[in-house]
Amino acid sequence: MTDLLYSEEEEALRAAVRDLLADHCDAPGVIARTESDTPHDLAAWKALADGMGLAGLLVPEAKGGQGATHREVAVVLEELGRAVAPVPYLTSAVVATEALLACDADELLAELASGRRIGALAVALNVAPGGAYKVVRHEGGALHGELTAIADAAAADVLLVPADDGGLYAVDADAATVTPQVSFDLTRPLATVTLDGAPGRLLGDAEPAVLRALRSGAGLLASEQFGLAEWTLTETVRYLKERKQFNRPVGGFQALKHRLAQLWLEVVNLRAAARNAADALATGEDADVAVAVAQAYAASVAVHAAEEALQLHAGIGMTWEHPVHLYLKRAKSDSIAYGTAGTHRARLAELVDLRAP
Amino acid sequence: MTDAAELQRLTAELLAAHPPASTDRLDFLKARFDAGLAWVHYPEGLGGLGAPRSLQAVVDAELEAAGAPDNDPRRNGIGLGMAAPTILKYGTEEQKQRYLRPLWVGEEIWCQLFSEPGAGSDLAALGTRAVREGDDWVVNGQKVWTSGAHNSRWAILIARTDPDVPKHRGITYFLCDMTDPGVEVRPLRQITGEAEFNEVFLTDVRIPDSRRLGETGDGWRVAQTTLNNERVAIGGMRLPREGGMIGPVSKTWRERPELRTPDLHQRLLTLWVDSEVARLTAERLRQQLVAGQPGPEGAGMKLAFARLNQEISGLEVELRGEEGLLYDDWTMRRPELVDFTGRDAGYRYLRSKGNSIEGGTTEILLNIVAERVLGLPSEPRTDKDVAWKDLAR
Repeated sequence: MTDLLYSEEEEALRAAVRDLLADHCDAPGVIARTESDTPHDLAAWKALADGMGLAGLLVPEAKGGQGATHREVAVVLEELGRAVAPVPYLTSAVVATEALLACDADELLAELASGRRIGALAVALNVAPGGAYKVVRHEGGALHGELTAIADAAAADVLLVPADDGGLYAVDADAATVTPQVSFDLTRPLATVTLDGAPGRLLGDAEPAVLRALRSGAGLLASEQFGLAEWTLTETVRYLKERKQFNRPVGGFQALKHRLAQLWLEVVNLRAAARNAADALATGEDADVAVAVAQAYAASVAVHAAEEALQLHAGIGMTWEHPVHLYLKRAKSDSIAYGTAGTHRARLAELVDLRAP
Repeated sequence: MTDAAELQRLTAELLAAHPPASTDRLDFLKARFDAGLAWVHYPEGLGGLGAPRSLQAVVDAELEAAGAPDNDPRRNGIGLGMAAPTILKYGTEEQKQRYLRPLWVGEEIWCQLFSEPGAGSDLAALGTRAVREGDDWVVNGQKVWTSGAHNSRWAILIARTDPDVPKHRGITYFLCDMTDPGVEVRPLRQITGEAEFNEVFLTDVRIPDSRRLGETGDGWRVAQTTLNNERVAIGGMRLPREGGMIGPVSKTWRERPELRTPDLHQRLLTLWVDSEVARLTAERLRQQLVAGQPGPEGAGMKLAFARLNQEISGLEVELRGEEGLLYDDWTMRRPELVDFTGRDAGYRYLRSKGNSIEGGTTEILLNIVAERVLGLPSEPRTDKDVAWKDLAR
């Protein structure tokens, strides 16, 4: 049976990541960074990847990684979600890394695992596992085309690009034109990747690599969504105990207590669903169903949590200065990332034989 | 320390001394109780061995494999789930010796005399009076929503013994003999057509002081043990995938393609996901309990399953189309067991309406989550320092 708890080692990992993020990613700093020239916090990334070795969790030790599993990665993502940390962890250490694990690309894999280079899979962030994705034209050893909505491409050193010949190619970011897009989620910025005859190194078949990458991305995104939902709930509860109106703490009004209690139920459920997906990805058992269940459930909880946080913070929640908008924007974008809840429900309908009419 | 190997050895001994095939069912259950294998986490001499609760599964598995009879726990849910832990915690040695064994083997069924017509969510406002006369208490009042009162030998009862102090302080907890004169049980027919509940009228019922559980005036605190165990019992079961109310509707969906519509499909999938996620939460809670780290999630499980049962059965009525316009049977009956899944969707839809009322309404449970789990302040109260007799009613 699936282990839905956290081990002592996982709790220790959580504590270490939380400490690190407290030093690097405080809310005013994250807000200020969103409008700077460097929206990604590369110092935090270096501390996570280089200092703690977390970029290589999914990579076997023999290939230069830490030889851990999706369970540990999920704990890291919970903490990154709590901090809406602008680091390319999900995109490089999970999605790009999983794509490389499906290919014969040990050298690049080791570089990503060590954190020396950042990778990005050049598939639009909204594509679900098994969904159609755009490819570029491969002609005479060079790649041509434009791909949009590539998450964290601006921070990437290498892009993993699917081409029309069915291959997945590694393209150095220097050889591509990466143009930031104005993104709804300020802390996971998107970019357009334009290839105008860029040289690419063939890594392997794109289809299985992209499927594996997006399945892990979708399953582990649920842990990030849990982390951000938990932060917004905790912060809202804390604020409503302090905030006084009508000579009482606002959190004592039953109408608000019931809403927060309902939200707590959802967040507790999401933790179980996210742990289940992480464990299933780690063991490979029942992973398709576990991922689809987690993603069919997670988005509504994360969005609900962020929306309630805004409404219950009221006026202050509507300001740029208060961080709740970062969580709302991340939660709403996450509800599209790696497939909407509806897409995952449709997949589930096939997996558990509850067919459409 | 009793470990799994020791329990397996004791279970094998029990089976050797009392082969299930040739032993009377009740004799076997009594022998099992006396061997400490009834509920291993109970103390020695009271059906247990003081072992970790998680090891009960070891015993149960061995006994099931050997074809041994069980104590049919569904027949005595209130006894096993609520009366027993309360008696264990607050009972005198004599009370524990007298009541726990016949309760566990199922010779004596228990019911609960708590709710009253005027005291539902505000249970502490209850008005059934118990007045001391010599060695007895004389009890007068009316109780309601008493499941199984018509089959029960005993009841756990809370009554007001001091009307002159604030409501929480004037309550005392008793063990009431349902065969005593003055106890009258009347069926209370419910929206399903049957009467699984009763009204119980208590008229000059004499309860000896030796059947008081806990101190006089301390009944509210004693009752908390009962009520906390009730919520554990209602929410904490282990389920396989599609093990709950979602199972029958999924089966119907698969077998009856002609009933499918796009709208029903989306709703079914959403509820399937919600059911699976609630199941995982319950499983996570169970794993926490086994690991000795109980979490607060239990407070939420009853809320989750109440909503799911209602929405899923409602969907199933719609899915059935023309059949959804019919009902299996409105005949007034007094069932011994409540079977949530044995009847048609219409019955389940109506019966599950009670899931958000019985054992604490959803509204009260949300208050409990908000206050005890999230630490939010309680509403200002006007009843805390007022004598019970002066409360608005």
